[in-house]
Amino acid sequence: MIRMEDAIVQKFSLPALLKESLGAHLGWGRQWGSADLKSSYDAVIVGGGGHGLATAYYMAKEHGIRKIAVIERGWLGGGNSGRNTTIVRSNYLYDESAAIFEHSLKLWEGLSQELNYNVMFSQRGVLMLAHNEHDRQSFKRHVYANRLNGIDNEWLTPEEAKQFCPQLDLSPGKRYPVVGAALQRRAGTARHDAVNWGFARAASALGVDIIQNCEVLGLERDAFGAVCGLNTTRGKVATTKVGVSVAGHTPQLMSLFGVKVPLESQPLQALVSEPLKPAFPTVVMSNAVHAYISQSDKGELVIGAGTDQYVSYSQQGGLHIPIHTLDAICELFPIFTRVKMMRSWGGITDNTVDRSPIQGVTPIPGLYINCGWGTGGFKATPGSGHLFAHCVAKGEPHPISRPFSLDRFRTGRLIDEAAAAAVAH
Amino acid sequence: MLLIKCPYCGQRPETEFKCGGEAHIARPEDPSALNDEAWADFLYTRSSIKGVLAERWMHSHGCQRWFNALRNTHSDAFLITYEMGKPRPAVDENGELK
Ligand SMILES: Cc1cc2nc3c(=O)[nH]c(=O)nc-3n(C[C@H](O)[C@H](O)[C@H](O)COP(=O)(O)OP(=O)(O)OC[C@H]3O[C@@H](n4cnc5c(N)ncnc54)[C@H](O)[C@@H]3O)c2cc1C
Ligand SMILES: [Zn+2]
Repeated sequence: MIRMEDAIVQKFSLPALLKESLGAHLGWGRQWGSADLKSSYDAVIVGGGGHGLATAYYMAKEHGIRKIAVIERGWLGGGNSGRNTTIVRSNYLYDESAAIFEHSLKLWEGLSQELNYNVMFSQRGVLMLAHNEHDRQSFKRHVYANRLNGIDNEWLTPEEAKQFCPQLDLSPGKRYPVVGAALQRRAGTARHDAVNWGFARAASALGVDIIQNCEVLGLERDAFGAVCGLNTTRGKVATTKVGVSVAGHTPQLMSLFGVKVPLESQPLQALVSEPLKPAFPTVVMSNAVHAYISQSDKGELVIGAGTDQYVSYSQQGGLHIPIHTLDAICELFPIFTRVKMMRSWGGITDNTVDRSPIQGVTPIPGLYINCGWGTGGFKATPGSGHLFAHCVAKGEPHPISRPFSLDRFRTGRLIDEAAAAAVAH
Repeated sequence: MLLIKCPYCGQRPETEFKCGGEAHIARPEDPSALNDEAWADFLYTRSSIKGVLAERWMHSHGCQRWFNALRNTHSDAFLITYEMGKPRPAVDENGELK
């Protein structure tokens, strides 16, 4: 058997499972190698979240660039990639958003096979509740816009919604009555850690160096102003291509690089309940009351709250934010009023004014950025990585991500999903 | 939840306040003279600093007055709150008030 110390991944398969079960599962090797930082690379990706790891994987696989390092300040997936509520969907309003998120959803559909790693992608549907006339009109508009873009999304009457999710309470006199719902059946959830590990393992197998506990501190530029290296806590590394995918830390890192970004970093919180038997079949979102709920395969109810109102890097927010969400959850789903909450936490989300991401070139030649995914970029992990790999490898954005340029804030061509009343998750 | 000292009413819980974003960003005197880049800068570029940030707050469920604050965005601790129109208090390299 070949171990990961040799940087060759042991393939998961039925014969491998049978063989290892005979050895009490003690024979499974490490899943990715831990490399030392070399003195030079063809490209360096900063940030070992899902987006950075996916970028490195697709660069190695589709663009034949093998001397790549992913440099992570902490541990893999210790940022938002390991802190989110894992909702995956593509029913965004504008054509540009629909294209980028649908590109990602298509990759999700084959991801476990692609990576030979079970990312537990579960297309259990995402149901968005409409509580009033405004919601109804706006969601129907989404449904029609999505259909024009070939993306599945359908309008359900309250009774149809209850059939799909029997836990909904349609009794009269509710504070937030359900007047209908939009359902994307191909949407769902995935296991966030598995996504990070799967991309790390697959990238490592293609020779990508994954460097943890190493922080990028600054950028080195040549006489023409182009990127020629990075300063890190483990010394200098030479490279002519740098892809930055550091989510909430983008403003901080970019200010060290001397590039202005139209972002603000705010805490977003989530919480999970004690594990329950299977009690909830789908993902339900309610924009109006700001609540999102699903049940993980471990049995915990996974609940997402709103962002705190101020800039913060403390990875925690105010308790009143999740309490507000729980009030709404208990009102919508009285069956959960007695459930105990186990853990709550925050992640630092990088938010743009139009709540759309930024991906592409910067004023510095050789420096590329992928950021602004804010409260809703988990669903984009494979798609964003795939498109950003193209950008870093070829030096220009992929056509699908071109509208999401940094330059749109100068030209005024914002992609205003914030105003489209779609929540960001 | 943050405890915030309104310069007019004293210490109150965060739920009484609305955060108005980064402070001391003045609207350009002559907007039509700006090019697109400078305009985008005014509208969208924010420092979002990891460290001491000056920001605007409004005591919306209290005296309803705006004021400014210096807050460390790493620890969330407020250094000082001060009235609108006053200059930003100086801070040393350790992020403490001078
Ligand atoms: C509570 C919560 C719920 C969410 N729910 C959803 C959801 O349901 N659906 C959805 O689609 N999205 C959701 N999101 C958003 C989603 O989590 C993010 O958009 C996505 O995970 C971003 O991935 P990333 O790889 O870009 O960033 P991250 O996973 O944050 O990775 C960035 C990495 O960069 C590293 N880094 C930072 N600075 C440096 C440096 N100087 N040098 C080296 N490394 C550095 C960090 O340590 C971090 O590991 C949620 C987010 C939160 C916080
Ligand atoms: Zn007051």
